[in-house]
Amino acid sequence: MKAILALEDGSVFHGEGFGARASACGEVCFNTSMTGYQEILTDPSYKGQIVAMTYPLIGNYGVNRQDVESWRPHVAGFVVRELSPVVSSWRADDSLGEYLSENGIPGIQGIDTRSLTKKLRVRGVLNGFLSTEDVSDEEALRHAADWHGLVGMDYVKEVTHRESFLWDETDEQSASFNLARSLAPSDARNTQAPLPSADIPIVAYDYGIKYNILRRLRQHGFKVQVVPASTPAVAALKYKPAGIFLANGPGDPSALDYAINSVRELVGTGLPIFGICLGHQVLALALGGKTFKLKFGHRGANQPVKDLVSGKVEITSQNHGFAVDPKSLPSEVVVDRINLNDQTVEGLRHKSKPIFCVQYHPEASPGPHDSTPLFAEFRSLIGVGS
Amino acid sequence: MPKRTDIHSVLIIGAGPIIIGQACEFDYSGTQACKALKEEGYRVVLVNSNPATIMTDPEFADRTYIEPITPECLEKVIVRELEEMKRLDAKGKLVLLPTLGGQTALNTAMALFRGGALERHGVEMIGANARAIERGEDRQVFKDLMMSIGLDVPVSGTAHSLEECRAVAEKIGRFPLIIRPAFTLGGTGGGIAYNRDEFDEIAKRGLELSPVSEVLIEESLLGWKEFEMEVMRDRMDNCVIICSIENFDPMGVHTGDSITVAPIQTLTDKEYQIMRDASFAVIRAVGVETGGSNIQFAVNPDNGRMVIIEMNPRVSRSSALASKATGFPIAKIAAKLAVGYCLDEIPNDITRETPASFEPTIDYVVTKVPRFAFEKFPQADPTLNTQMKSVGEAMAIGRTFKESLQKALRSLETGRFGLGGDGRPWRIGDKVYADRDILPRDIISRKLSVPNAERVFFIRHALRAGFTVEEIFQLTKIDRWFLAQIKEIVDFEEVLARSRAS
Repeated sequence: MKAILALEDGSVFHGEGFGARASACGEVCFNTSMTGYQEILTDPSYKGQIVAMTYPLIGNYGVNRQDVESWRPHVAGFVVRELSPVVSSWRADDSLGEYLSENGIPGIQGIDTRSLTKKLRVRGVLNGFLSTEDVSDEEALRHAADWHGLVGMDYVKEVTHRESFLWDETDEQSASFNLARSLAPSDARNTQAPLPSADIPIVAYDYGIKYNILRRLRQHGFKVQVVPASTPAVAALKYKPAGIFLANGPGDPSALDYAINSVRELVGTGLPIFGICLGHQVLALALGGKTFKLKFGHRGANQPVKDLVSGKVEITSQNHGFAVDPKSLPSEVVVDRINLNDQTVEGLRHKSKPIFCVQYHPEASPGPHDSTPLFAEFRSLIGVGS
Repeated sequence: MPKRTDIHSVLIIGAGPIIIGQACEFDYSGTQACKALKEEGYRVVLVNSNPATIMTDPEFADRTYIEPITPECLEKVIVRELEEMKRLDAKGKLVLLPTLGGQTALNTAMALFRGGALERHGVEMIGANARAIERGEDRQVFKDLMMSIGLDVPVSGTAHSLEECRAVAEKIGRFPLIIRPAFTLGGTGGGIAYNRDEFDEIAKRGLELSPVSEVLIEESLLGWKEFEMEVMRDRMDNCVIICSIENFDPMGVHTGDSITVAPIQTLTDKEYQIMRDASFAVIRAVGVETGGSNIQFAVNPDNGRMVIIEMNPRVSRSSALASKATGFPIAKIAAKLAVGYCLDEIPNDITRETPASFEPTIDYVVTKVPRFAFEKFPQADPTLNTQMKSVGEAMAIGRTFKESLQKALRSLETGRFGLGGDGRPWRIGDKVYADRDILPRDIISRKLSVPNAERVFFIRHALRAGFTVEEIFQLTKIDRWFLAQIKEIVDFEEVLARSRAS
């Protein structure tokens, strides 16, 4: 199966297709994580994007039923240097190619992903078209050039849950993955510490929430009512939450007027609020700040973030194409974390209200666990606030 | 935190003569450290008995002693240097950095510490203190420490009778089992039991041979996958992984004799992150305050169980490899961390704009292949085991594992252009085969099942002789992913051979 990747700047890559026989437009971006492609594929924040992995060998350990961050993969297309010819893992249920095929997502392999990445670093992210069907260069380029792009687009409405629900009432989905400890080659997935009781009710705004955020919240004793992104503040308050969580999600934060308005009202209630990624951007907008599009974004598992208060550095997992402009922020909001690579804003804290948020992903998955303590911080913030 | 101003001179111990297991990699790391410390304005004093090293070139240290690396000699150097510092009216201390000269330097520094010389002369050890070194080096202390922080280690137990032996075996629950009699010379009378009959026999023999009738029974990790992590820590307790390494050869072959690959290829992110968390837990528990450590893990390929094998609280052979593989100069950064800097205060050597507090992520594959010289040691047993036998190594970078493996094999300068297919003959024992001859299956099976210097080439021979990947896996326990990669090279050789024929 032949495949083609065309970019809006006129470049064309020919490679071998895998996954579904399909075509898709999307914003072409690169991710530098060396592990965790399954978590990346299923992260709803990638809606509307064609993701290229900079690490060249992908698919080595296949896919399994546990390492998913939502109910399905969301990327528009997937670009790798070399797809593994075999799957080698005791955990694998399927190969990457079969998985994408079942989910209707096209992939391309055998192209020079390093030259693609260099192009994206110099030019910034580009709109593109990926196809494993018989498409001519001219047609592919036309599709890439005609695509509307991500700026100003609301992708949240495509990935948010339509109905409100209580996360994992039966406590079956919230344990963190652990390895076998006993000698018996029995099921390694059941060696978990018991979960604490879920004694703090919160509302989580689902802009495209990753399962591992929900698992982490549950592991920290939160009872999480997940609500659709468009839920008005009054409807959220009906659940009598002790705190509000704002999730990650795809696309341009400035296109989300309804979300920004709800959060502005919630800020006014004085309830503790914690935001991650898109949630952080929405919160910044609600507090009066502005966001802008980064040239090629931060996508990977090795981004150093400095906590300006403690002086400690965390290695973080990131996935964002937009960032908060620090100069746009009102005086009651402090930048308390920055990215050491480009000094952009990674964390905000309100001077007088129990509100904080981070641009990166403390839930990891994929990526390092350095920032897990932020969930405990949210818990203690609620303790102090109530 | 800025660098320490209470230090005037730093004493660095080199690795001494080049021997199997300890070669020029420690010259590379020591030289880096000397340069880094001089750059910071410290006076560098170097002791190394081997003048055939770069680090002993006059420009690298302020004073170089070509003297035996013994505690006695080093104490004399310390006395002389303290006098010299007095003469120079030095404002600051003399400190000892023991973690850059391999095991030799570490052992000598520990001897100085135990003999009281460091305390006598007021010399502080920087990088790793004596307690941390002891915890990392003493196997039982290390094992107990790992269990106390909740990490998994190989299960074992001692027994004084056959019944007790059987009870321990029952607890471990599967073969093979390793049996080691206590206090016998060189561990004689021990062995590996693959079934109940063998176990009873070896256990009985072991109990008889042990003067205290005691044997240690331990679960065998033979055939498990082996991994390494290169960790760095600064005095603010920031920890980063510089490089992850997967061994091509499973447990049972010394890492120095294994083909190794960076980064790790066959772990999911969930498993990798557990290994990363464990690495940080180990370096913190052992108490290496600043600098690098190498931590080794074994993973059961059937259920993912992960156990800690050992840790080196110092710059190691793998650190040199990790530095070259990622561009992160571990020895240089370790030296700067030892004198008080934090990772975010040191610039990244590659980007120059971003700090060293990050985890290198690479878009290529690095393969290291050991170089053996059994032809020079006809008496030596060419079987590979837990004692290192290689005399050097070649490392290569490629965009695929196949490319990096072929480049590394060619770089060995053994005359081969990779796995084979280069038109050169094969000498097996006293027989010579043409390059594309199909070798007898019994020879191939033997060469696959017992680890040896040529095993990787016999994977090609096996595939050409019609062995399946599964059969080769059963004989070698080399991960199927690596075998499938080699199969692609061999398949392509056939494509090339056919095109030449037509």
